[in-house]
Amino acid sequence: MSEENEETQTAEETPVEDTETQDKVISPEKAEEAKLKARFPNLGHKPGGSDFLRKRLQKGQKYFDSGDYNMAKAKIKNKTLPTAAPEKTEITGDHIPTPQDLPQRKPSLVASKLAG
Amino acid sequence: MAGPGGDMQWCFSQVKGAIDDDVAEADIISTVEFNHTGELLATGDKGGRVVIFQQEIENKSLPQFRSEYNVYSTFQSHEPEFDYLKSLEIEEKINKIRWLPQKNAAQFLLSTNDKTIKLWKISERDKRPDGYNLKEEDGRYRDPNTITALRVPVLIPMDLMVEASPRRVFANAHTYHINSVSVNSDNETYLSADDLRINLWNLEITDRSFNIVDIKPANMEELTEVITAAEFHPHQCNTFVYSSSKGTIRLCDMRISALCDKHSKLFEEPENPSNRSFFSEIISSISDVKFSHNGRYMMTRDYLSVKIWDLNMENRPVETYQVHEYLRSKLCSLYENDCIFDKFECCWNGDDSVVMTGSYNNFFRMFDRGHRRDTTLEASRENGKPLQVLRPRKVCTGGKRKKDEISVDSLDFNKKILHTAWHPQDNIIAVATTNNLYIFQDKVN
Repeated sequence: MSEENEETQTAEETPVEDTETQDKVISPEKAEEAKLKARFPNLGHKPGGSDFLRKRLQKGQKYFDSGDYNMAKAKIKNKTLPTAAPEKTEITGDHIPTPQDLPQRKPSLVASKLAG
Repeated sequence: MAGPGGDMQWCFSQVKGAIDDDVAEADIISTVEFNHTGELLATGDKGGRVVIFQQEIENKSLPQFRSEYNVYSTFQSHEPEFDYLKSLEIEEKINKIRWLPQKNAAQFLLSTNDKTIKLWKISERDKRPDGYNLKEEDGRYRDPNTITALRVPVLIPMDLMVEASPRRVFANAHTYHINSVSVNSDNETYLSADDLRINLWNLEITDRSFNIVDIKPANMEELTEVITAAEFHPHQCNTFVYSSSKGTIRLCDMRISALCDKHSKLFEEPENPSNRSFFSEIISSISDVKFSHNGRYMMTRDYLSVKIWDLNMENRPVETYQVHEYLRSKLCSLYENDCIFDKFECCWNGDDSVVMTGSYNNFFRMFDRGHRRDTTLEASRENGKPLQVLRPRKVCTGGKRKKDEISVDSLDFNKKILHTAWHPQDNIIAVATTNNLYIFQDKVN
């Protein structure tokens, strides 16, 4: 039903993970948050903040850019070049993609199967 | 005609698309939209293609009346492009399709990818010219010396050909990714919205657009929210709304100023600060906003619920429907697999009495506002016999699973229904799974 919270109450009855907490009824959301923080202790304090949004605005496959590559090379001078980070969310030129990191693009040339 | 709203029995009608489980990226359906009469149904996919289906009206008086939608036209709307300056590819995925109201024999629609909006004309050709004086049937030119008499070419019937041609290309007006397109009721202008800006266009003019909303901060480090959807009011040509990633909706009046950065109304439901968690803002992000047909309400979809707002009341929604509340205790894993960022759409039925939205496991939900009833149905080929009535589905959250129920942990989160559409007048719905399009209709119809 639309407004009843039967399912929420069921979730609240599941055992609380941290037995030391005096408050026995933790909302399911907060229990999930605790789980997440346990797995990723370095998670930023501003969850909805810049990181998310920058990632969202970035969206799209970044390709190798010789300009970025050469500028980053110039910055580093004698040290070895950093290889591309496995994280896909790097935004600007410090990230140096290599041909191995780029997925193969296959543009669609065939007709849609919905029309078949 | 739309039914009374109570006791709708949904039946399978058709399914379009490939059966095989191995889904090519390009075949992922990204938008579904009926035109204003419901005769045409358009889909867009990740491969930049548009497929339009047309309703074949069989004998409507028969009790077994089935509206069959068959392929009418298909074309490549957008191609992949490359932004050389930023070294980024521009996806050809069709984010939105919006039909223009029909003015003449041809049909027009706007289709958009992340950066470029195109106006497509879909027209029928059922005659061809015959009897040219200087050309043979096969196109070869005749030797003028052999022509002894003149004839008047005539138009003769031919097999119906449906042609799609791009009439306007609206490009280079969006730095960020376009999420919405909305045609104004004035039939002359339309808006396009990206993450930070909304532009107003004239359908005839492609080299100029007016920026009407700009929420880009001077310092991008201060960015706290983005625009997630925008829509023009169905009757008031000066009014539009846009939703944000923070769960707010702003209503703007274009008569007040040229730049609508200051809203006329701000719709936001107050949140209990003690309930706030890491996930609060993410799940409050509005993925879709739709005005009701009568223009008095608007509906918003956030991750777990659908809310109906009265345009005259800003401080809270008038109705809230839980789509899949059982996911609240799964938010951690939904965050890890990125599902928490899925953007579900929602839609109204013709008389605004029922709303619909999708969920996981190829389930979709309907909320009957008048009768305070909700139902969960499944789009699956297992229920694919013609006119087979869909039985309601139920997700069980507790330990004791009843016979027909499915437990939360058994749900397939890769089977998501993000896009649904409701025929503007009749009880016919189009539901898109990852790569298939299902059409269901109400048995009574």
